[in-house]
Amino acid sequence: MAKITYLHPNGTATVVDVQAPNTVMRGAKLNNIDGIEAQCGGSAQCGTCHVYVDEQSTVPLPPMDSVEDDVLYGTACPRRESSRLSCQLPVTEELDGLVVHLPEAQS
Amino acid sequence: MAARGVVVIGAGQGGLDTVATLRAKGYGGPVTLVGEEPVLPYQRPPLSKGFLTGATGHDELTLRTESFFAAQDIAVVRGDRAERIELDVQRVRLASGGTLRYDKLVLATGSRPRTLPVPGMDLSGVLTLRSLADAEALRGLLSGPPRQVVVLGAGFVGLETAATARGLGHDVTVVEAQRRVLARALTPQMSDWLAGRHRRQGVGLLLGAEVTALHGTPAGEVAAVQLLDGRRLPADLVIVGVGALPETRLATEAGLLVGDGVIVDQWLRTDDRSVYAIGDCARFPSAAHGRHIRLESVQNASDQARCVAAAICGESAPYTAVPWFWSEQYALRLQMAGLTAGHDETVTVGDPDGARFSVLCFRQGRLTGAESVGRPADHAIARRLLSSGTGPSPAEARTPGFDLKSFVIKPSSPAPAHA
Repeated sequence: MAKITYLHPNGTATVVDVQAPNTVMRGAKLNNIDGIEAQCGGSAQCGTCHVYVDEQSTVPLPPMDSVEDDVLYGTACPRRESSRLSCQLPVTEELDGLVVHLPEAQS
Repeated sequence: MAARGVVVIGAGQGGLDTVATLRAKGYGGPVTLVGEEPVLPYQRPPLSKGFLTGATGHDELTLRTESFFAAQDIAVVRGDRAERIELDVQRVRLASGGTLRYDKLVLATGSRPRTLPVPGMDLSGVLTLRSLADAEALRGLLSGPPRQVVVLGAGFVGLETAATARGLGHDVTVVEAQRRVLARALTPQMSDWLAGRHRRQGVGLLLGAEVTALHGTPAGEVAAVQLLDGRRLPADLVIVGVGALPETRLATEAGLLVGDGVIVDQWLRTDDRSVYAIGDCARFPSAAHGRHIRLESVQNASDQARCVAAAICGESAPYTAVPWFWSEQYALRLQMAGLTAGHDETVTVGDPDGARFSVLCFRQGRLTGAESVGRPADHAIARRLLSSGTGPSPAEARTPGFDLKSFVIKPSSPAPAHA
């Protein structure tokens, strides 16, 4: 289990405990966090679960594969160095304390 | 906030996204989701793919857990069916005898598989694939020894199921009345490429072939598919994927405007201002198509659900989302964005031989749609370009070395997440 913080564009934060084998995306969906759409259900097709990983975060994340990298070209809000698809971030103990910023829009 | 709240009929992707978005946006009234199936809302796309092979389990299909609905104070009526809508008193009657009053009603009733009007459709071993129960039955039949499978229809469900069955080692033949696969959805270039791919995998593809009957054994099990040209294909499993019809019974009987789908305006309202319709069952005005259309896709159901939930919360905006769709067949990622029908010019970029290419569709010099295989960046960028109404000209797209990535601003160097 890991504690994940989702920061909304208006500055409010939602902190939830997410269990493995869920992803950071599914953690948001299970807690009905507005701002994650995930239309494709987590198969890296749609780019509507885009998050910005907090710049201060030191939580180790899995490397990005080429499909995720490609899908991130189409996000509704600008891609940044910190951009990830939250469906490609499986929750492990190591993710405890992860902070992600939600973009203004997903589609 | 009025007390009767929102009732959503249909617990598929659109129905679920409607109720979840209402709560995410802070809607405070009662919210009820009514579904005929006994299970919680689940994802349909894996039913023709990973679920059939066993790679995707039940838990991964389920879109939300039981505790989600409790925590969000969303009433879920399962295994019951909306029998009648009484528009005059804003009430839904359920088959179980219960009633639900509403301030706003959302029809998300989806679609059901078409059948073929030929003898033998009721034989044992003839299946359609729409629901989880359908997929469980099919998974059972495909998990055994090799079978002679005949798939009727080369649409998405038919081709995905054919690819999955072939991957599991079955003998597979696809019969399609049109002269090419996915004739309504894909350009001839992509259609022909995909047909070639299926044939290389060992799938028999009979195009322009009409089925006249299914023959059975004395025990009532399917044994063969009869074609108009006299051919008789041995089959011990027939999968029927010949399209879907919108579920409009409730709307028709209630007296709402219906015509191959529940007719809605650009805000997805029916001709009764308290009733919306979304997803597969709704026929809506498309700015890009210039007419009313009906779309069967997760994207459309999900985006329309969000549009309606926002409207109910007082943030009304017309529905203008760029349609997109994906399919997985063998290890291929096939993705479509925008409008590929009605083009007057196409440009193919990338490497079809290496299964990494896109067909860009233009009309009067403007990008209107894109089909991609193994090029997720092209798809992602095309969607953005289509929603902003920009994009390359056909001449630019034909320039050697052209890459859609040049139309995107490069990732910025480290920057605050929110400016």
